[in-house]
Amino acid sequence: MTKHLKDYNMADIKLPENKIQELKDVCASFNHDSGDLIHVLHAAQNIFGYLPAEVQELVANELNVSVAHVYGVVTFYSFFSMIPKGKHPISVCMGTACYVRGAEKVLDEFKRLLSVKVGETTPDGSFSVSCLRCVGACGLAPVVTVGEKVYGRVSPEDVKGIIAEYK
Amino acid sequence: MVKYKKQIRIALRNCGFINPENVDEYIVREGYAALGNALTNMTPEEVIDVIKNSGLRGRGGGGFPTGLKWELTRKVDADQKYVVCNADEGDPGAFMDRSILEGDPHTVLEAMAINGYCTGASKGLIYIRAEYPLAIKRLKIAIDQAREYGLLGEDIFGTNFSFDVELRYGAGAFVCGEETALIHSMEGLRGEPTVKPPFPSESGYKGMPTNVNNVETYANIPVILLKGADWFSSIGTEKSKGTKVFALAGKVNNVGLIEVPMGTTLREVIFDIGGGIKDGKKFKAVQTGGPSGGCLTENHLDISIDYDNLIASGSMMGSGGMIVMDEDDCMVSMAKFYLDFTVEESCGKCSPCRIGNKRLYEMLDTITQGKGTLEDLSKLRNLANVVKDTSLCGLGQTSPNPVLSTMDNFLDEYMAHVKDGKCPSGQCKALMSYIINADACVGCTLCARVCPVDAISGEKKMAHLIDDDACIKCGACMDKCKFGAIFIQ
Ligand SMILES: Cc1cc2nc3c(=O)[nH]c(=O)nc-3n(C[C@H](O)[C@H](O)[C@H](O)COP(=O)(O)O)c2cc1C
Ligand code: FES
Repeated sequence: MTKHLKDYNMADIKLPENKIQELKDVCASFNHDSGDLIHVLHAAQNIFGYLPAEVQELVANELNVSVAHVYGVVTFYSFFSMIPKGKHPISVCMGTACYVRGAEKVLDEFKRLLSVKVGETTPDGSFSVSCLRCVGACGLAPVVTVGEKVYGRVSPEDVKGIIAEYK
Repeated sequence: MVKYKKQIRIALRNCGFINPENVDEYIVREGYAALGNALTNMTPEEVIDVIKNSGLRGRGGGGFPTGLKWELTRKVDADQKYVVCNADEGDPGAFMDRSILEGDPHTVLEAMAINGYCTGASKGLIYIRAEYPLAIKRLKIAIDQAREYGLLGEDIFGTNFSFDVELRYGAGAFVCGEETALIHSMEGLRGEPTVKPPFPSESGYKGMPTNVNNVETYANIPVILLKGADWFSSIGTEKSKGTKVFALAGKVNNVGLIEVPMGTTLREVIFDIGGGIKDGKKFKAVQTGGPSGGCLTENHLDISIDYDNLIASGSMMGSGGMIVMDEDDCMVSMAKFYLDFTVEESCGKCSPCRIGNKRLYEMLDTITQGKGTLEDLSKLRNLANVVKDTSLCGLGQTSPNPVLSTMDNFLDEYMAHVKDGKCPSGQCKALMSYIINADACVGCTLCARVCPVDAISGEKKMAHLIDDDACIKCGACMDKCKFGAIFIQ
């Protein structure tokens, strides 16, 4: 699960002032306690959509820990992302139940139609494709989620239609 | 939940029967009565004795006797102790805990409070996966309502016992289900495990004695206290008491959650409750214990399910995932699938797990490409045993199980890949070609139209042809052909 900073295209990002303040307020609500780092990162990802280096620096300052420590935690957990997700984040469940029912073929079809690899976002920023490990809807396997919406019993033929819904 | 005889609902007793967002409905079904009785009429030792005598063992995978764990935590002297609920449910393909949290959140809160009373803890923490937003929402509502009714907070039931519960979120790391890793994650650190001992019951969250139990384990507690240890221990087998919830999935007709008494056979679960294999196919194997478990075959169908029998057969109970596979599933690919999972989820702290699993994965990959040798097979087994014996935590100690159990039970499939360059179930893409039987093909052009890479050519009403070099072996043509004219070689 190791990711490296150099793998990400880090343009200097200017964070919006109001969002910076929002995150500072969150840190204050946790009394700047580094034991709540993971809660703070969840909140930060909610606010900014992802966790670029600038956000990690801000969190490190607020909680009085090193940036390396924050980076270590961010890269450890797959839920945290250092690249912005697409406007419509597509996740294909690759849990066991979905795998046995053909999730791989569904994933291949998304990758092919959108010309992206897993973990990438389309150049226009509209779609990103990632894999999930079981969303707990195994009865509906194979499962795909787009944003909050859940699609069950997806076959490779359905993929085109799903993408079209968001175009 | 699939509805059939042979099932008994203990852990799932309220799921689907009450509105989980209304504490009154829980109370009407004897909710919080066990806590009230324990606090006002029983000493902590008496409660622990009931749990011990019931024979309840941990449902999170390890099967450790629950009453004994509580007693160990109780005996340690400390100013502050913690009670933790492990709701990380990392086994992909399992959703027992999610269903309990979403359908009956108060039972977990009640049991945690009872646990706090027994161990001397005033704080409870639920570590829950961020992937379960509905369960999180329901837990928050339940905690608020319980506080409002004075069932959590100060001086519960007019006694001097105080207890409160908070939520801690996971962030997508399977290893955080392991209790020492979970505790580090709750402390805001990378979720890496540490060597036991010391066990969490001696030194856990913030270095204090911490009692970690699984969601389903907790869901059994209030019922045991209401109905008694004798009632509970009358269900099940000699060493495994009560019921177990399984998430039945894969190639069975009825997928879903089931709760059966310990001692039920795999055959009853898969064929009677699960309604047999989908599409009339043949049963091949069932994986219990998730990525840490093993696959069981036809020969194991009549063993009765309990902790010890499953281990003796080369698998384990795990948290309750049960994935059924049919004749179309390739067991080498299956082992590779689980290893892929482990490689990604290994935290990297110890080298046997970080490097060993990667090498195991690569060997399996070579075999599924048809490039493996007989020597690879013996290396594979050796390395699997090394990883198992030398890894730091339960993740690495069990990750080779899918490899070893498929090698034990399906060696012929490994041999076919290695010696004949064939995948008997036709799943390994590198080893197969899709071919159109010219006699059966009527030239309807359907296959050419569904082919995503335009690898199929042919005139209307004439037999079609697949260009093997262009073909990506997706199988769409074969799925669509109405005349059964396409086959795999
Ligand atoms: C790699 C690994 C993953 C685990 N995942 C879980 C899990 O998702 N849920 C769980 O309750 N226990 C899990 N466990 C077991 C816990 O370490 C611990 O034994 C359990 O939570 C204790 O509760 P119990 O005695 O009630 O079963 C896992 C163990 C290992 C080694
Ligand atoms: S394995 Fe996909 S939802 Fe459970």
